[in-house]
Amino acid sequence: MVETNVQDINADGESLEMMVNMGPQHPSTHGVFRMQLWLDGEKITRVVPHIGYLHRGSEKLCEGEQYHQIITLFDRLDYISNFNNELVFCRAVEKLMGLEVPERAEYVRVILCEMNRIASHLLFVGTFGLDIGAMTPVMLTFRGRERAQAFFEAVSGARMMHNYFRVGGIKEDLPNNFETMVREVLDLLREDAEEADRLLTYNEVFIARSKGVGVIDADTAMQYGLTGPCLRGCGVDYDVRVADPYSVYDRFDFNVPVGLDGDCWDRYYVRVQEIYQSLNIIEQALRQMSPGPIAAMGRRLIRPPKGDVYVRSENPRGEIGVYLVSDGSDKPYRVKVRPPSFCNLSALEELLKDTWVADAVVILGSLDIVLGEVDR
Amino acid sequence: MGEVVPVPDRFDLPLDIGLIALALLILFTALSVVVLSLTWLERKFLGRLQRRLGPTRTGPMGLLQPVADALKLVLKEDLIPAWADRTVFWVAPLIVIVPSFMIWVTIPAAENLVLRNLDMGLFYIVAFSVVTILGLVLAGWGSANKYGTLGGLRSAAQLISYEIPVIMVVISVAMLAQSLDLREISNFQFPGVQSDNPAEAGFTNIPYAVIMPLGLVIFLIAGLAELGRTPFDIYFAESEIVGGPFVEYSGAHWSVFFLAEYMNTFAIAALTALLFLGGWHGPFLPDWLWFLVKAYFVVLLIFWVRGTFPRLRIDQLMAFAWQVMVPLSFVNIVIVAIYLFYGWPWWVATIMSSACTLVIAYLVYKHLSRPAARVAEVYRRQQQANLRRKLEAGGT
Repeated sequence: MVETNVQDINADGESLEMMVNMGPQHPSTHGVFRMQLWLDGEKITRVVPHIGYLHRGSEKLCEGEQYHQIITLFDRLDYISNFNNELVFCRAVEKLMGLEVPERAEYVRVILCEMNRIASHLLFVGTFGLDIGAMTPVMLTFRGRERAQAFFEAVSGARMMHNYFRVGGIKEDLPNNFETMVREVLDLLREDAEEADRLLTYNEVFIARSKGVGVIDADTAMQYGLTGPCLRGCGVDYDVRVADPYSVYDRFDFNVPVGLDGDCWDRYYVRVQEIYQSLNIIEQALRQMSPGPIAAMGRRLIRPPKGDVYVRSENPRGEIGVYLVSDGSDKPYRVKVRPPSFCNLSALEELLKDTWVADAVVILGSLDIVLGEVDR
Repeated sequence: MGEVVPVPDRFDLPLDIGLIALALLILFTALSVVVLSLTWLERKFLGRLQRRLGPTRTGPMGLLQPVADALKLVLKEDLIPAWADRTVFWVAPLIVIVPSFMIWVTIPAAENLVLRNLDMGLFYIVAFSVVTILGLVLAGWGSANKYGTLGGLRSAAQLISYEIPVIMVVISVAMLAQSLDLREISNFQFPGVQSDNPAEAGFTNIPYAVIMPLGLVIFLIAGLAELGRTPFDIYFAESEIVGGPFVEYSGAHWSVFFLAEYMNTFAIAALTALLFLGGWHGPFLPDWLWFLVKAYFVVLLIFWVRGTFPRLRIDQLMAFAWQVMVPLSFVNIVIVAIYLFYGWPWWVATIMSSACTLVIAYLVYKHLSRPAARVAEVYRRQQQANLRRKLEAGGT
């Protein structure tokens, strides 16, 4: 007979809750995340999330590296939206040094960041469909993401770990055919996004699975520190690009899509709408861009003045913040990151209470976490 | 048809057993070829649906891909978990595949292309196909894995629930044909064939898909659930319970489940063809080819659904079974009974049945799309407000 050391039946023969380990090796935990679920039949009664399987000590590593070397470490935090991470770190150092970034560099940064946001959201749309069991959208959106990455490669030389932004500007100027390349990619991305959108968004089964699932109201969401699409899904009109404009975001005309009920479908829909808004922003940036210098200073060792600075910006997953303390040397004294995924994940216990075990996957998917950023 | 098969008064043991074994071997080989073709077809067809090519490297158009897959599965190490109940773990795949294979004994691919035609063919098929559930539950339980247990219990709930609509539709077909013999049922759907049975004298011989579209719809949907195919692939949902009952199986034993799944898929397709689409009858082409064309058409339909829909949740699945499918299957029986009792022309049944199908489909669609319709309306208003704000800002 099967012998287990887990007691499923008490002395009176009543069945107890069953503990199930979901992860770290589970196809739908999006990395090495582990949830301990206590199940009563198919219902979740309790959940304990465990993180740290991808802990690499990034923040501590930053203390031993020179400023320009840290950019590569930031690439590896949220490895789905590398440009956005590079941007926030570069901005932190620039703010500390009081550097003025040339206009052309700002526009290039915005274009790349928005393109990266599209790539990230496309990945989300595909994997969220996969979590619910739809296998076609992921093929369409991955093709779109691959096109965006080919574009990144043409610009920066790398598909994912770009290391392209520099303190005070960007590494090199753009390729000659940049503009035509962007326009080509934009059309293709729009096509991919629309195709997946048509297939998935109003699919009846998809709605049955995600509408009204994992509902969180705006107050609770703000108490947990949710940001980005997870917060906007609850109907809160908060986007750092609008609330605290940085770079050249105040020169663009775009909407901040918000949801209604704060459920999984709204979080999904907000992201789909953001894809279209980002396409819009890139088109405007292309029109406004003009030739000029691309870096505020030459390549040299950076020694920011003594002091500390906190900078935040809008990542695809929410608000990322960097707290940087400098002791005046060529290496930072302390780098603290406020990762959006980590804060969004904190609401998981609240969201998973009394849901179905099949919904656990959907809810986790709708938070769109990246473990590289959660564990750091 | 109808003639009494004489029961042999003695078995010529070595010869008869040898013949039976040979026949079963041929059937198994044919089915294996069908399964291989199905896997290739599924990968290719899904690939085209998803704007990719599917397998291309193994042979022309990837035709040898199933062979490569089978080789890989057979050569793979067969693991057994330390805590597993060894006997149950090894027996479960057999319990799944034997019924899937056994029902093929009586499924005719043409008038005389059948291993053993039974007068009670439909009853036999329905009775045997239920045994599969036992194998799945045992597989889930025997592997001593919590995902496996969850999947096994899910499969029990799902398959038993959807067995009822399937059986009800089968009963309505039997009522129309006044027979449980698959060969007779198929023949009655073709104008050229005359029936010996006086009960059918008044009815026109046309495919039952025309007489009761409702039955066809129920049979296809419930059949999808019986097979555990998208959107009802709940008991082995890869993204939730990671394969359910099959989670601990690998290598040859897993491939047995795989084989059974595809045999069942083709069995449902073949039954749809036989019960509703007129079996092997059709103009120009030879009988067996017509049968294959119809069966493969249904199979492609199943693959198409797989490429389109996400997966339901277990409670939604059960609610759909007991609140929609079961009542509908009774409605279907009532319609058929009214039609038979009054002896009206066949198009009356068609009208009743299709009207019922359309009404129910509309209601289900309305119910499912209500939240989305609400949201779409609100977003539309939001966009209009944005646009108005922009226009006002531009005006001043």
